Amino acid sequence: MKFDTPATTNPIDQLKVVGKPTDRIDGPLKTTGMAPYAYEQHEAAPNAAYGYVVGATIAKGTIAALDLSKAESAPGVITIVTADTAGKLDKGNFNTAKLLGGPEIEHYHQAIALVVAETLEQARSAAGLIKVRYTKAKGAHDLEAIRTTATRHKDSKDSLVGDFAGAFSAAPVQLDVTYRTPDHAHAMMEPHASIASWEDDQLTLWTANQMIDWGRGDVAKTLGIPKDNVRLISPYIGGGFGGKLFVRADAILAALGSRQAKRPVKVALPRSFMFNNTPHRPATIQRIRIGASKDGKISAIGHENWSGDLAGGGPEDATQQTKFLYAGANRLITTRLAVLDLPEGNAMRAPGEAPGLMALEIAIDEMAEKLGLDPIKFRVINDTQVDPENPARPFSQRQLIKCLHTGADNFGWDKRGAPGKTRDGRWLTGMGVAAAFRNNLTMKSAARVKLDNKGVVTVETDMTDIGTGTYTIIAQTAAEMMGVGLDKVVVKLGDSSFPVSAGSGGQWGANSSTAGVYAACVKLREMIAKSQKFDPAKTTFADGKVTSGRKSIDLGKAAGASGMVAEDFIEFGDLGKTHQQSTFGAHFVEVGVNEVTAEIRIRRMLAVCAAGRILNPKSARSQVIGAMTMGAGAALMEDLVIDKRHGFFVNHDLAGYEVPVHADIPHQEVIFLDETDPMSSPMKAKGVGELGICGVGAAIANAVYNATAVRVRHYPITLDKLLKDMPQIA
Amino acid sequence: MKSFTYERATSPAEAAAKAAKTPGARFIAGGTNLLDLMKLEIETPPHLIDVNGLGLDKIEATDDGGLRIGALVRNTDLAADDRVRRDYGVLSRALLAGASGQLRNKATTAGNLLQRTRCPYFYDTAQACNKRAPGSGCSAIGGFSRQHAVVGASTACIATHPSDMAVAMRVLDAQVETVKPDGKTRRIKIADFHKLPGTTPHIETALQTGEFITAVTLPKPIGGSHVYHKIRDRASYAFALVSVAAVIQPDGTGRVALGGVAHKPWRVEKAETDLPKGAKAVMAKLMADATPTPENEFKITLVERTLSAALMDARA
Repeated sequence: MKFDTPATTNPIDQLKVVGKPTDRIDGPLKTTGMAPYAYEQHEAAPNAAYGYVVGATIAKGTIAALDLSKAESAPGVITIVTADTAGKLDKGNFNTAKLLGGPEIEHYHQAIALVVAETLEQARSAAGLIKVRYTKAKGAHDLEAIRTTATRHKDSKDSLVGDFAGAFSAAPVQLDVTYRTPDHAHAMMEPHASIASWEDDQLTLWTANQMIDWGRGDVAKTLGIPKDNVRLISPYIGGGFGGKLFVRADAILAALGSRQAKRPVKVALPRSFMFNNTPHRPATIQRIRIGASKDGKISAIGHENWSGDLAGGGPEDATQQTKFLYAGANRLITTRLAVLDLPEGNAMRAPGEAPGLMALEIAIDEMAEKLGLDPIKFRVINDTQVDPENPARPFSQRQLIKCLHTGADNFGWDKRGAPGKTRDGRWLTGMGVAAAFRNNLTMKSAARVKLDNKGVVTVETDMTDIGTGTYTIIAQTAAEMMGVGLDKVVVKLGDSSFPVSAGSGGQWGANSSTAGVYAACVKLREMIAKSQKFDPAKTTFADGKVTSGRKSIDLGKAAGASGMVAEDFIEFGDLGKTHQQSTFGAHFVEVGVNEVTAEIRIRRMLAVCAAGRILNPKSARSQVIGAMTMGAGAALMEDLVIDKRHGFFVNHDLAGYEVPVHADIPHQEVIFLDETDPMSSPMKAKGVGELGICGVGAAIANAVYNATAVRVRHYPITLDKLLKDMPQIA
Repeated sequence: MKSFTYERATSPAEAAAKAAKTPGARFIAGGTNLLDLMKLEIETPPHLIDVNGLGLDKIEATDDGGLRIGALVRNTDLAADDRVRRDYGVLSRALLAGASGQLRNKATTAGNLLQRTRCPYFYDTAQACNKRAPGSGCSAIGGFSRQHAVVGASTACIATHPSDMAVAMRVLDAQVETVKPDGKTRRIKIADFHKLPGTTPHIETALQTGEFITAVTLPKPIGGSHVYHKIRDRASYAFALVSVAAVIQPDGTGRVALGGVAHKPWRVEKAETDLPKGAKAVMAKLMADATPTPENEFKITLVERTLSAALMDARA
């Protein structure tokens, strides 16, 4: 099915099942430990040996000597994989550095060997016996130091509109500030993990991966085997946040280890590898300039962004939202990329917008203050209903102002005081607001729908559920379309033998994958109607029956003894080009800052989201509050600290890389505006899982400013950055 | 993790004797720190002696009106003990400020005293660390040092002791009771128990080879207001940037010890005479000869301000 005209009324609009806050259908399996995650597929891949990864301990250089002798003769060791034993390996399309290094080393903890042994303990112990001698090479590890060498990446487009320099210098009110965001780790609960098993030349990988078809392709490319020879199975994933968009060392090394050991091999990356072995969100430096008239109308907006990555990598484009969020006739928006010898950077939840809004939405707050305007008012003044760079393109939906006003009303924004003037005992309190923005992406997505003679509908698609609730919304979609209850729907996900889906990334998964299921269900409905000689246009599906006029038959009967199968996909036409499709929101935060110790504690958070139809308010809320929590981490504590002498992230465990705990998040609320977007898909839905993190950091930063009158422009906002400016103590 | 042998001890003296027999042997109690360190091969004991079954899990009154806390008393139980809550509130508060509920259920009193630094370079076996590999150098000096020591550090090591409990024990003048491999017992003042790094940062305590902690004793209660302030970036489950344990009497005199600033719980008794004059007055002696790094010099200000908050609370 091609989606190239705006959606009209369709069976989803009945909202008998879709749109309801249904509990997760996979919840009981997960809460009872019965959902097998990649590393736990003991039954599917019995007798697996254990692989333990050895990582390089230099940032750049070559292996001069690799001594495996002690490890090879250690108890239980079956085989050791290195670049020498692996044969010729290619590199995946989505990888920047090789997943198995040697002799060249591209980053710290790049995998250089896999020890396969009978037990995990034996593999780990033997791994410690491998002796490596390196020849170090000088590398660049400090973005600040090499910022001037940055260039425009081939995929980056500058947005140059009007005469920015002239308009900015002529503006009566000006802001010129630079913000910094550090490198971030995905820090999901489940580490990257895989079990590999070969049968002749056929490889099966049980793995934790968000994008099954990309993964299948990259496994095949890396190993130099046909894609048809690779099967990926990933039914349950313990969080990804972008860290599992791509094939990583666990999968490739498990495959190589299994080939050498001639039996299944399982590999989980140790926790410390999450930080230097797998990708991270790159740090940014962002200079923002805003020029406005005295009544607050923006005449010039400039956003220049710098990030770094390994050679061949890509930028963290923190300017994405600035192209669309506010009006302004003169625009200078650029992103530049420097070559850095650090572990590879890549997508993490809302790549671009998440760090971009952390800067832009402080700048808006600063500018509003300069103008003497309420920051909500300033945003309203500069709202745009069209793409500012191309005013012929309207937004498909844009309810930013309503999000801001709804939030203000619900949060008690009118009680916000002047900076540094509100206190609660020893705590200075403050409120902050920020706009949320994330583009709505759509991806081709296929599904197969089966109806059996008992009226049970089974959906198969290689779509993944990374903890987001995909199983449930796909079941709701199929139930709505086929007129059955959720108890009559079975959802099977995450297997490359199923039709290729959109996968989970870029907050496109929910809308795109359910639209694919919609398309397959439309086809199945037609097949059923035709089998009964019903006119498909006049046939309804409800209460487990298919009905046309006065004729009605149970679905199971209509399916016939051998059942029916339909497969289709949704693909998207030009509606994303003719209309700018984005999701909007507003974040409100209240913080307390201890006036003596400068400890910062969030008191409450509110997000108001306008993101198309909300397919399941319960799982969508979970996505948003999770994203708000992640945004709180980015604002207040998350910081991959670089040792600039040695070129690696020093705090490579969850004791050193702090993410929020329950005590940091006392109260969260989410409001979804009633919205449907007929330009986005037949579901009229959009993404929401990334919108939730967009702007949170700045709302917290602005609340800290409102509490203390101290502006911090370098994340994370930790107490040491406030301390010298806090009130004198007795 | 290196493979190791394991046995259970049947008495404290036997545990000490066994430990002396195998060089590098370690006692295992809650294992909340040791097992992690073993997995990372920071600790590679060839032999573990399990001391969980020795019955050292009681809290008893002593003849001089104090408390004897068995070495194996779990942090959760110690924090919840009525006598501790009533007479040694700073200890209960310090315990509850540490780790998480699950960890406190496992962690023991002696193990808490013996926990090792959280310096990230100590934790990365690819990096130089005089504490982990004597003579290899200190990567933290000139590296990431926000969490590190500002007083009592040396050119060999700037690590901090991570314990909260030990800071309270220090302010309470606890004593550590031990038994040696020859069966002799002794008491070590908590002030002498933890060592500054000097040129031997791998030597962290006064314990001799095989010497086994049987109990920690607290002198009779000293009254006063008991405060423990722990400052950290996140609200729970994080090591202290700075912590202040204080016992303040109604007349303003008292005691103060610090966590997160040194290789051991930090207390300077001669500074305490200035306590009635407020936090600022105490600082010169308390933090004399501080050697902060650019990344952690904020701790000096933070100590003063946190102490100030503690004094306000104590007088409230």
